[in-house]
Amino acid sequence: MALKAILPMTAATLAAMSCPGLAQELNALVWCDHTDPALIEPFEEKFGVKVNLKEYEGTAAGLAILDQSQPGDWDVLVIDAVDVGRAVEAGYLAELPADQLPTQNFFPELVMAENNMVDGKTYAVTEKFGYNTISYDKTKVDPADMEDMASLTSGKYDGRIGIYDYYLPVLGLVALGQGINTADITPDTLGSLKDPLMALRAASKQVSDVVSAQTALATGEVDIVVGGGEWLTAVLAADNPNLDWTIPKQGGLRWAQSIGVVAGSTQPDLALEFVKYIVSPEGQAKLATSSCYWGMPANAKTGDALSMEQRAILRWQEQPDFLKRAQLYPIPDAALDTAMQDLWTEMLNQ
Amino acid sequence: MGWGLVAPALLWTAAFFVLPFAAMVALSFAHMEGREVVRGFDPGNYIRIFTDWTMLKALLNSLEITVVVTVVSVVLAWPLAAIIAFRVPARWQRLALLLAVLPFWTSYVVRSYAWLLVLGQNGVVNKALLSLGLIAEPLEIAATRVATVIGFVHFFVMLLTLTIYANLIQLSPNYARAAADLGAGRWQTFRHVILPLTLPGVVTGAFLTFVLCIGDYITPQILGGNAELTLPQLIMLQLGRSGNFPLASALSVVLMAVVTLAYFASSRWLRLDRV
Repeated sequence: MALKAILPMTAATLAAMSCPGLAQELNALVWCDHTDPALIEPFEEKFGVKVNLKEYEGTAAGLAILDQSQPGDWDVLVIDAVDVGRAVEAGYLAELPADQLPTQNFFPELVMAENNMVDGKTYAVTEKFGYNTISYDKTKVDPADMEDMASLTSGKYDGRIGIYDYYLPVLGLVALGQGINTADITPDTLGSLKDPLMALRAASKQVSDVVSAQTALATGEVDIVVGGGEWLTAVLAADNPNLDWTIPKQGGLRWAQSIGVVAGSTQPDLALEFVKYIVSPEGQAKLATSSCYWGMPANAKTGDALSMEQRAILRWQEQPDFLKRAQLYPIPDAALDTAMQDLWTEMLNQ
Repeated sequence: MGWGLVAPALLWTAAFFVLPFAAMVALSFAHMEGREVVRGFDPGNYIRIFTDWTMLKALLNSLEITVVVTVVSVVLAWPLAAIIAFRVPARWQRLALLLAVLPFWTSYVVRSYAWLLVLGQNGVVNKALLSLGLIAEPLEIAATRVATVIGFVHFFVMLLTLTIYANLIQLSPNYARAAADLGAGRWQTFRHVILPLTLPGVVTGAFLTFVLCIGDYITPQILGGNAELTLPQLIMLQLGRSGNFPLASALSVVLMAVVTLAYFASSRWLRLDRV
């Protein structure tokens, strides 16, 4: 009896171990804010699974990882909202059941159907957003000056400015400073951005990644970071209450990140549950205040899950007004993207 | 029998160097159409590297920084290695070497960020100079080429100290005695006897410094504040941002060519067995 009973059980156990679908591990290709255990552990405990996270930076790097992977290697993808279409075009994202996503509770601007949907089908859902504007130390600069982008190149702050090293938002900001909407950046208008970009570079001390920009602002190496925002200063707020951010009169850029299920996932149901957890108020609050960087939750119902202090740092009450004043990242096609990157590279080597 | 023993190493080298390198060279002759890589034999990437001033300048920046770092590191490491080899009692030399390489135990990235704090406007260096009254205004060191060089030199002095020390302790004291017997002064002995005999250690360390320095993009990015682009940073921009793998491959081939030239220039004195 024993042998007859044990053999099927053993076979079933081996099958469970060898079949990825039953492995109870979810593989997610994410940005660093998803690696906060406070965000991931509640999901792991609820579903009894292990979430394996791999961080990446830059859409090109993320798509390259997917390109080099086998179908089924990845279950969940976090991606820049403006690049969802690119991932769909490459066949990396699976369709999501739109009726199971709480987008009716989202800030209207954050539903972003034009980005998250392709040909009427939903492939991703916005999970977090924020602004690329101007961060500054309010004890070192005149906050009134920060309401006007022109003050950055007026000479008053020469050598005290840091530029966030990401061409899309900063070129978008420069365009807004010239009265050009981000959606109107074309190969023709790009040329008019060169001089103001170079002038900004000449007035700045450094062009740096997130950590270096935060370090520079926190240590007084620079007093202003162009391209910064709540995501840059919020995690420093406890130690540096003098750091602040604003959206100047010319406007700011709104960044947004989306999450979706990877096409070919061997456990799409579990991957969908992960997506639903992330966009639930509980997941949104933890994602918004991740130890890597803060940002605004896309789900407007998240307010109750945030503490008063967290809401103050995120300027939660001001979101409707801020959203009206912010424009989306430029969405360049391949040729414009190349031209923008070439201009950025030229600026770096100025 | 002989081939059997060599085969694993040959297979390893073929699988993990020769084949990937050949693939990289082949890819460097491809080009981009939109976001698609189109394979073929198009020398456009190489033409662009040597005609586009931004790219050429990145190569020149890399060479300038690397040469300065290598020279400064040798100048600092040689006396340090000599003091450990000749002045420190034999029983303490192991501890002295350990102390010399202690910073190696720290993460490279963490060490770079630590230097950023040391060299910043409110960092240790500026605070010390200001409190001593040596300067009236903080020096602009962080986010400059000087900061990049300091970060590199700190790292590579450790490496060079090891290679030069390994060379120095093999020198018989009889060389110096013979030179003295023949009437050579201390400077002449150093110039004409000791220094030439330590060239293998110096050149080996210098070559390793050159290779590691010219291929690094972390230090210029963190300490240099992107104040200027180096070749590895340009490669990273093509890989991480543009997804332009053909151009990144061509830039990498150019980088390897520079390292190969450095190897041939120093091969006469290279003694990697001294490391």
